[in-house]
Amino acid sequence: MEAFTRTTGRVAVIDRPDIDTDQVIPKQFLKRIERTGWGEFLFWDWRLDQDGNPRPDFELNNPAFADAKILMAGRNFGCGSSREHAPWAIQGYGFDVVIAPSFADIFRSNCMKVGLVPVELPEERVRALMDAVDTENGSEMTVDLEALTITGADGSTVEFEFDAFRRNCILNGLDDIALTLKHEAAITEYERANPSRIDTLALEH
Amino acid sequence: MAQTLFDRVWERHVVREEPGEPALIYIDLHLLHEVTSPQAYEGLRLAGRKLRRPDRSIATMDHNVPTDGGPVTDPLAKTQLDALAANCPAFGVPLYATGSGREGIVHVIGPELGLTRPGITIVCGDSHTSTHGAFGALAFGIGTSEVEHVMATQCLQQRRPKTMRMHFEGTLPPGITAKDCILGAIGQIGVAGGVGHVIEYTGDAIEAFTMEQRMTVCNMSIEAGARAGMIAPDDTTFAYLENRPASPQGAEWEAALDEWRQLRTDDGAEFATEVVVNVDDLVPQVTWGTNPGMVAPVTANVPDPADITDDEERQSLERALEYMGLQAGMAVRDIEIDRVFIGSCTNSRIEDLRAAASVVKGHKVSDGVHAMVVPGSVPIKLQAESEGLDKLFTEAGFEWREAGCSMCLGMNPDILQPGERSASTSNRNFEGRQGRGGRTHLVSPEMAAAAAVAGHFVDVRELSYEPVG
Repeated sequence: MEAFTRTTGRVAVIDRPDIDTDQVIPKQFLKRIERTGWGEFLFWDWRLDQDGNPRPDFELNNPAFADAKILMAGRNFGCGSSREHAPWAIQGYGFDVVIAPSFADIFRSNCMKVGLVPVELPEERVRALMDAVDTENGSEMTVDLEALTITGADGSTVEFEFDAFRRNCILNGLDDIALTLKHEAAITEYERANPSRIDTLALEH
Repeated sequence: MAQTLFDRVWERHVVREEPGEPALIYIDLHLLHEVTSPQAYEGLRLAGRKLRRPDRSIATMDHNVPTDGGPVTDPLAKTQLDALAANCPAFGVPLYATGSGREGIVHVIGPELGLTRPGITIVCGDSHTSTHGAFGALAFGIGTSEVEHVMATQCLQQRRPKTMRMHFEGTLPPGITAKDCILGAIGQIGVAGGVGHVIEYTGDAIEAFTMEQRMTVCNMSIEAGARAGMIAPDDTTFAYLENRPASPQGAEWEAALDEWRQLRTDDGAEFATEVVVNVDDLVPQVTWGTNPGMVAPVTANVPDPADITDDEERQSLERALEYMGLQAGMAVRDIEIDRVFIGSCTNSRIEDLRAAASVVKGHKVSDGVHAMVVPGSVPIKLQAESEGLDKLFTEAGFEWREAGCSMCLGMNPDILQPGERSASTSNRNFEGRQGRGGRTHLVSPEMAAAAAVAGHFVDVRELSYEPVG
């Protein structure tokens, strides 16, 4: 994971609740075995029509949202499938941050692992931020994970909360597996104290 | 202090816990499939790491495989399946590959083999891992980074989730299924109602359910937003597990039973959230919208946006009705279907197939309806054939397919065409889930079978049929 501290850039708004990961990255793309190159498939079915032309009614096709780095959406963002391809695609498209009133658990966890910053704010705060976005000319914002602040183009600032452990991991780009392997002795001791009756290899014949 | 079932399972798996950090919890069983593992295997390879416990891991091929018995023709799907076939032996993981005679949907084969059992922790790069909670296991879906983390460490960093008790109160009326219970519950609490929680399902209805039915309930915990669903193990659980291929034998079995009987929620244990779902008046459920919480009794009408005062809710409803091509206020029973899919990790087990076959027996699939049955695993397919269920289906005009995820998620050739409408026993009715532009209605196996025969939704309670199998 690459370290992330803050981003300043345009904001895109998809003001819909319960956006599921099947929309974020439709299933036909999940067959790729690569870790990168997912951005072009983001919101494929919503963004493009059957012939591959942009659908003018879809929010991300609004020129005011072009090259946005911050995505704002409705509550329960990322529900459904556990596919980590969803945050990969959001990041690949150019976003560093997603702001929503709430996130689905697995999606939030996946974001933390790849350094896409999920910022949760009370619904009325998200509503106010969305309402302040100029949907004709575009708006900029700064999201600062170190300072835990969101600053609008007009200089107004909103504070947010973030899991302190995960914040440290993202600010420093830490490798989760390396962190856990520091406790290898504890894992080995656990395994010694809790011998398993499970052995998938014993099923082999 | 009084403990919940979840507390007991969680606490016995904590490897390490420090203030301010997520707990490190041990994972007893890691299930793998082709879609969410290739990048994780590659990550191990790039970092020069080993897979710590191949003996706690098992892989199968399910999402991408064609169910018509033919070869994989999609080059991307083939590449992904080939990657699994190469990665598993390279890291020592047993693989139940297509054609091995042991393959099936990952959440079907775990219980079938007896690997899923009470009190253990199970993860898989698939959100429907919640299925395994039916045995009193703590089982949940993870993303690919976490798959790699479990491969390398056999542990996960996890914040302790909140607990919810969902109590099914009352007596389940005749003809009402586990699928109706969980769809009704999701309709009640919404698709985000369970976020942050592990749900324990309780009540007479749950206790009376078979393991297959309990798996249907726990499978859809994620559709309520919950991390996992659990049901306390009892004699039904133990009877299911006895003499499965991986189940403990002899003295070990007796020791396991002693341990498993302790896995209960104490009287007076506190849950962060309590939900009561009354099942006395439950009616067969049909989803009409684009998430599983958009659900109605078959006897009801599709909702009318004009009746909704909340702006956001009304817009969602209007959007859903437009996508689904439905008229506001129309009777659910008047919705005509093009396709029927009986299968998926929600409803592809032997009892599901028996239930659907009972309704279908002696009838024909309606003209213009394309119906298929996809067993959850090869052993289930063979079992169904030994009971003659395949004949009942094929004589009625159903296709009888090979095991796999099939049309649940359309990663294989089984997809809906734009505008096609399905009655499906799967778990998600999201836009495009079964194919771009496809329209999915989630129902029980009995309701799907009845719709196949009628060509539209019908109240299965009004049909007379005898159980088969």
